Amino acid sequence: MKEFQEGSLAVAEIVRMCKPGVVSAYPITPQTHIVEELAQMVANGDLKAQCINVESEHSAASAVFGASAAGVRSYTATSSQGLFYMAEVLFNIAGVRLPIVMTCANRAISAPINIWNDQQDAVSLRDCGWVQVYAEDVQEAVDLHMIAYRLAEDKNIMLPVMVNMDGFVLTHGIETVDMPSQEQVDKYLPSYTPLYKLDIKNPMTIGPLVDPDYYMETRYAIQETHKSVLGMLPKLTEEFSKVFGRTYNGLVEGYRLDDAEKAFVAMGSVCGTTKEAIDSMRKKGKKVGLLKISCYRPFPHQAIYEALKNVKKVAVLDRALSLGSYAPLASEIKSVFFGKKKGPQTISSFIVGLGGRDITVHSIEEAYKLIGKKETCEFIDLKPELLKENYA
Amino acid sequence: MPEHLFTSGHTACSGCGQSLAARLVIDTAGPNTIVVNNTGCLEVFSTKYPESAWQVPWVHSLFENAAAVASGVEAALKYLGTKDTINIIAQAGDGGTADIGLQALSGMLERGHDILYVCYDNEAYMNTGVQRSGLTPFDANTTTSPIGNNSKGNPRPKKPLPEIALAHGIPYVATASVGFPQDIQRKVKKALSIKGPKYMQIHVPCPLGWRHEPQLTYAIAKLAVETGLYPLVEFENGVKSARQIKPKPVEEYLKTQARFKHLINNPEELKRVQAVADSNIERYNLKLQ
Repeated sequence: MKEFQEGSLAVAEIVRMCKPGVVSAYPITPQTHIVEELAQMVANGDLKAQCINVESEHSAASAVFGASAAGVRSYTATSSQGLFYMAEVLFNIAGVRLPIVMTCANRAISAPINIWNDQQDAVSLRDCGWVQVYAEDVQEAVDLHMIAYRLAEDKNIMLPVMVNMDGFVLTHGIETVDMPSQEQVDKYLPSYTPLYKLDIKNPMTIGPLVDPDYYMETRYAIQETHKSVLGMLPKLTEEFSKVFGRTYNGLVEGYRLDDAEKAFVAMGSVCGTTKEAIDSMRKKGKKVGLLKISCYRPFPHQAIYEALKNVKKVAVLDRALSLGSYAPLASEIKSVFFGKKKGPQTISSFIVGLGGRDITVHSIEEAYKLIGKKETCEFIDLKPELLKENYA
Repeated sequence: MPEHLFTSGHTACSGCGQSLAARLVIDTAGPNTIVVNNTGCLEVFSTKYPESAWQVPWVHSLFENAAAVASGVEAALKYLGTKDTINIIAQAGDGGTADIGLQALSGMLERGHDILYVCYDNEAYMNTGVQRSGLTPFDANTTTSPIGNNSKGNPRPKKPLPEIALAHGIPYVATASVGFPQDIQRKVKKALSIKGPKYMQIHVPCPLGWRHEPQLTYAIAKLAVETGLYPLVEFENGVKSARQIKPKPVEEYLKTQARFKHLINNPEELKRVQAVADSNIERYNLKLQ
C-alpha cells in the first residue's frame, strides 16, 4: 500500500514486519526516529520483541551480539559517532559470523561536531567485515532491510549487513513509499533458524582464543564469503522482484549508461539528484550517465568493470574522505581498471556534500564541467572566502 | 556427563585462584547455564582453539562487554520463553569489571536483567603483565604502580565495587574468597535463586602477579579475609551480613607475597595498610564478639 511516510518511520515499519526478537539501540549520538518508533510498537503490543535500552552504542552492538548468539533475529540502528563507538564490536560480530542487520543513518564525524549528512561514518568502517548496502531513496531503504535479513541469514553467508541511508535526506525526508503487506514479507523472509547458537542441550564455545595456527583462515573465510555475497545479492533481488514487483540489481545500477561517453559514479541519495542533472544535460545533447553503487562491501569490481568499460570519462562523487589520500570510492573505482584492456581514459574524483552541505543539480553540473580536467579530489561547492582566515 | 562443567586440561598457571573459583561457580550453577566471558586470563587459558574447558554454552566477545552481551542473551531467552529455566552468568576479571567494563556492568544492573555477574578479583591486569587496575589494593607493587624512591606502590585503595553495585538497588551483592570454597557455593546458589541482577566479587590469588608460592593460594586467600583486608560481606535486598573474624595483623598476609615485600621493614607503611583493614573491620562490623 502506498503511503506518504518519513524515512525513519518507514524503516521502523519494515523492521517490525521482519519480526526481530531483540532490538537494542542507544538513542542519541545521533539517532533517528527508528528506535523510538520500534519502542512504541513494542509498548503497543504491535511488535513482540524485547527492547533493550542500553547505555551506549558499544553496549547496543554488544547486546545484539548476545541476542544473535542466543539464536534470535536481532536489530540495531545508529550513525556517525555512535557507529564509531560500536566499531570494535562490529568487527567482532562479523568475526563470529552473526547475521545482525543494522540501519546506519549516514552522518558526518566530529570534529567539528556536525550532525548532518555525509557518508564518512560507514565508509570509514568498510573493513569491518559487514556487508554494506546503500539506499538511494526511502523505498529502496525499506526494501533493502528485507533483502539484508535474507542475505545475512543465508547459511552460506552468515554475515552482518549494514543498510545505509543518508541521514536527514532519507531518514527525515518524507516520500511516497509502497509498504508491503505482512503476508508478502513473510513469503520473502521466513522465520530465522540459527546455524549455531548458545544452547544448553548442545553446549558450544563461541568466540575462543585463536592463535597464529588458526587465525588467518577465519579471515580468509570471511573474505571468500564476501565473494559469495556478490553472487547471492542479484539472486535475492530477483526473488524480491517476484514477490514485490520492484526490481533492483543488488550490486550496481546503470542510469542512461548505454551510449554514455561520460559517467558519474555515486552511492546513496546523491544518485537521485545526479539522475535529475543527467536528464537535464541529456536534453542539451550531452551523453552522460550514472553508475549507482548499491553494494559497497563486498565491492563489485566485475560489475563495475562491465558497466564502465566502454565509458570514456568517469567522475566519482565521494561523500567521504580518506584524509591524506585519494577519496575512498574514487580510489577503488580506479583499482577496478588497473591492468585491464578496456576502461575510461580518465577517472576524475569529486568530493561533494560533506557535513550536510546541499548537493544541488548545479553541484553535479559543476563537477561535469571538470570531468577529465581534474583527476584528484576536487571539492565541489567549497566556499573560498572561508579559507582565507588570517591568524596573524 | 563430565565430572566438572569446567574441566581440567586448560592452561592456567599452577595455583591459579581464578580457575578454582570459576570451577566452583559453574559446578554450583549447573548445566542449565550460559556463560558470557570478558577477555582476560580465564578466557585465554580455558578456550584456546581448538580446545575448550567449558561443558556449558559459553561465549566471549570483547574485554569490556560481557555484561552487555549477557543482557542480549537474556533478552533473547525471554523472547524465546526459556529464561526461567536457564541461568546466565557474566564473568570477568577485576580490570574488565571495575575499569573498562564498568559502564556495561552499570547498565546491566540498572536495567534489571536476570543475570549473575561474577568478578574474579586478582587485583591487577594479570593476563597482560600485572598492570594496576581499579581493584589493586593500597601499596601493591605492580608494573604500572612500581615501587621507587618516590613510590610505595599503588597509591589508592580498592574501588568499592560491591557498594557501587549495591547502589544500583539490586537484590543481591556478595564478596567471596577462593579460601572459602563452600561459602562460594552457598552464595552462587543463593544468587541464582533470586531473580534480577546479582553481583559477586571473588578474591582469587594469582601466584604470578602476587609473587607467592603456588601451593599457598588457599592459605593466602584465607589470610586476606582473616586480616580484614578482604571482608566477606553479603547484601540480600540491601540487608548486610558479614563473616566474623578474629583479626590477624595485616603483616601476616603481606609477608606471603613479594608484591608487598617493600612494606615488611617499613613500620610506617605497615600502619597505613593496617588502617585499611581496621577501617573495613569497623565499617562491616567484622570483629567476632
